[in-house]
Amino acid sequence: MDILTTVRHAAATAFVLAAFGTTPGSAQPAPKPTDPQIAHIAYTADDIDIKNAKLALEKSRNKEVRAFADDMVRDHTAVNVRALALVGKLKVTPEDNPTSQSLVKQQDAERAKLASLSGSAFDKAYVANEAAYHGAVNGALETTLIPASQNAELKSLLQSGLGIFQEHQKHAEHLATLVK
Amino acid sequence: MTRRQASARRPLALAYCALVVAAWPGPGHAETLRLTIENMAFADALASARVGDTIEWSNLDIVAHTVTARDGSFDIVILPGKTGRTVLRKAGKATFYCRYHSSMAGKIDIRPD
Ligand SMILES: [Cu+2]
Repeated sequence: MDILTTVRHAAATAFVLAAFGTTPGSAQPAPKPTDPQIAHIAYTADDIDIKNAKLALEKSRNKEVRAFADDMVRDHTAVNVRALALVGKLKVTPEDNPTSQSLVKQQDAERAKLASLSGSAFDKAYVANEAAYHGAVNGALETTLIPASQNAELKSLLQSGLGIFQEHQKHAEHLATLVK
Repeated sequence: MTRRQASARRPLALAYCALVVAAWPGPGHAETLRLTIENMAFADALASARVGDTIEWSNLDIVAHTVTARDGSFDIVILPGKTGRTVLRKAGKATFYCRYHSSMAGKIDIRPD
């Protein structure tokens, strides 16, 4: 990874982390999320990545990037099918919250930026955002969402999600070294 | 642990030989080996089998995986919670991976029948 990519990567990570209230030195720690809020954040985080991938499938002509985007749609859709089934079973109504709203706002802005790019500039920016975004979501899962979740089935689903998204993060980081 | 998996352990292989020969029903008795895919990994990443055997893969994850031979001899998609089968046709070391998750890989040592 060259220095520019590393810097962009770090900036993007800090940006996404801010949504979770986990930026080092942020004024107040975010209050511990409840299960209905955690379910909402997890569903939203998946949904955002599906939207990012659909944009990549519209814009990219790069075979590896398109295959990665296909993987993101397939896996995040599968996780959300489980999430919806679980909240239905537990009779939990996912509750919107500042973290979900902040994630949506940030990634809407990121997609608007991506939409203005094309060719390899798009591919590079999409892959860098995917690495940063998965990194931030995984960090939030590990440090906040999984420890805070009360219901055992929700916790277990989040843990499965973490294993899947860690693979995605590695995949995106590897792709970043290939997309020139 | 199945006899196959045990016999793949090199240090035990010699001591095991007599047992295996005694237990082996002879050629033409193909078996089905059951292997699992769990937590984004092939659980038995180093299996041992014979030509003609069938491998039945169970995907215990919540996402789909593929079992794809690097030499193209098999390529199956296994949906979450489902199983898929491959028949081993060729002796040798078959290396395989998941097309959706490239960090997932494994190897089967396929002996001639
Ligand atoms: Cu896989």
